[in-house]
Amino acid sequence: MEISNAKQVINIDAALTARIDELLSHYPADKRKSALLPILHEVQDAHDNWLSIELQDKVAEIIGIKPIEVYEVVSFYTMYNQKPIGKYMFEFCRTSCCAIRGSEDLMEYTCNKLGVKEGETTADGLFTVVGVECLGACGYAPMLQLGDHYKEHLTKDKVDALIDDCRAGKVELHKLTITE
Amino acid sequence: MATKILLEHANVPGIKTYEVYRQNGGYRSVEKALKGMTPDEVVEEVKTSGLRGRGGAGFPTGMKWSFIDKKSGKPRHLVCNADESEPGTFKDRYLMEYIPHLLIEGMITSSYALGCNLSYIYIRGEYMWVFHILEKAIKEAYAAGWLGKNILGTGWDLDLHVHCGAGAYICGEETALIESLEGKRGNPRIKPPFPAVSGLWANPTVVNNVESISAVPWIVNNTGAEYAKIGVGRSTGTKLFSASGHCKNPGVYEIDMGMTVYEFMNSDEYLGGMMNDRPLKGLIPGGSSVPILPSHLIYKTAAGEDRLMTYESLADGGFATGSSLGSGGFIVYNDTTCVVRNTWNFSRFYHHESCGQCSPCREGTGWMEKVLHRIENGHGREEDIDLLWDIQRKIEGNTICPLGDAAAWPVAAAIRHFRDEFEYHVRFPEKIKDRNHFVNEPFEKVKHLVVKQGSVSKS
Repeated sequence: MEISNAKQVINIDAALTARIDELLSHYPADKRKSALLPILHEVQDAHDNWLSIELQDKVAEIIGIKPIEVYEVVSFYTMYNQKPIGKYMFEFCRTSCCAIRGSEDLMEYTCNKLGVKEGETTADGLFTVVGVECLGACGYAPMLQLGDHYKEHLTKDKVDALIDDCRAGKVELHKLTITE
Repeated sequence: MATKILLEHANVPGIKTYEVYRQNGGYRSVEKALKGMTPDEVVEEVKTSGLRGRGGAGFPTGMKWSFIDKKSGKPRHLVCNADESEPGTFKDRYLMEYIPHLLIEGMITSSYALGCNLSYIYIRGEYMWVFHILEKAIKEAYAAGWLGKNILGTGWDLDLHVHCGAGAYICGEETALIESLEGKRGNPRIKPPFPAVSGLWANPTVVNNVESISAVPWIVNNTGAEYAKIGVGRSTGTKLFSASGHCKNPGVYEIDMGMTVYEFMNSDEYLGGMMNDRPLKGLIPGGSSVPILPSHLIYKTAAGEDRLMTYESLADGGFATGSSLGSGGFIVYNDTTCVVRNTWNFSRFYHHESCGQCSPCREGTGWMEKVLHRIENGHGREEDIDLLWDIQRKIEGNTICPLGDAAAWPVAAAIRHFRDEFEYHVRFPEKIKDRNHFVNEPFEKVKHLVVKQGSVSKS
């Protein structure tokens, strides 16, 4: 993924600091670097779902490691975004089990509906559509990932409804919901 | 043949919570092990059970445990591999999502057996909601005294945490997983040294799959000998299979090892046969890396015996006419599937997921994707088929970790069993222009157009 020079407002507030400290406490005191991946997730979630170079530098400073140690991790893992993306990123699984159950057609439908090509973001900054590799929902295909959640057994109608819900601000990206 | 070991309580309302899990006999194995067994006795039970690693390699779990270095005096760690990413596999997610305390109980009992005081569950970043479920369950286990200092007054301490990855199939390889847990890129390490000697932070480490660890409580409660009574030969116990593709009832199933593939495929209790009753064209029984079986080798082996859901039977015939149980990712394909397109799809996956350390894998996966893409899109050449065969052969066995093999095997099997389909793509480019070409006109109907060549192919 290309690196962006867009400016990002950095805000490590008290709640985020407390969460970072909690994650750091899961590893021995001399192994703070181990907390890097979980911390990057939290920091990204709190910053419009992307990590600018300045924000990565800030993470390095908090953990006490060199900036390059953060850069090389951010550039390796697909879930870290190095440029601004849409508020709602529809990540369609495109691997075999989903592909044979119609994920390619459904992603095409979604792109056409939103007026974007795969990998692009809508002009209003609300939606990004991307194809990703196997998400471990093969029996519930076709499906997509949105924030911390999976949307499975998808149909065109369900995608339409999901887009409407996003536009109406009814979709929580990172809230834990445990259903019994 | 349906012993329920892992999913026994899966449908109990509220089983996700500590209270309900405990009311249903949860955490008994921790009490039994800590109060009445030595760590080595727990290891012996697991050895006796014959439990084999459920992540894909099938290595005996008890033997893996016995390799952990206890002489160095360094801290030891148990790391659970919950980086489930093999296409077709979604069984570990099911266990963690619906019965999170079973894995936590297994982690505690297993950590006791290995003499660990600090253990981790490494879960793939995409399973973020499951990460939160596990975090909550771990907090409950701490609050109830199953984790922390001086557990059950025995003087043994254990800390357990869940750690999330961030989107990298390669982190399911145990040394890449350890690198990632150390906050680095997921580049596999050269072995030896093995993790049992030098793993997490250079300490002795055992890495086990979610399903393997989740079987330990039952083994401790009921003995390894009882576990070994289930199954056939060296395939003991029960196994989770995650079924997907063109079957009637996709989902996660627990079966006794040794059921016939025919029963699993066709019984209403399991997959219920084919979706829309279309013909079965191919089966991948153990995740995308293992060879695809053509229809005539699915229910019977080449020797004419019933194909069983066991490590041995699924591998019967080697790669020439068999496959592998792998991770239990059971992918069913009907006659509308294009094997060329599906193989290209897998090659794109492996190219995307190659970490890039070893040239044969970094370059070779890309070449395979490119060649398959042009065949699938009507620009293939006759010699491309042998070219593909050559590339996959030069990747296999020539890389630090098994991702290279995993990328090579599906290509080899596709050419081995479906070569005429590749030839059709090369010779009739105008007939494959629509990506759903075999949905519109299954290959069976046009197969006669491919005239068998007299020349001997390399494959």
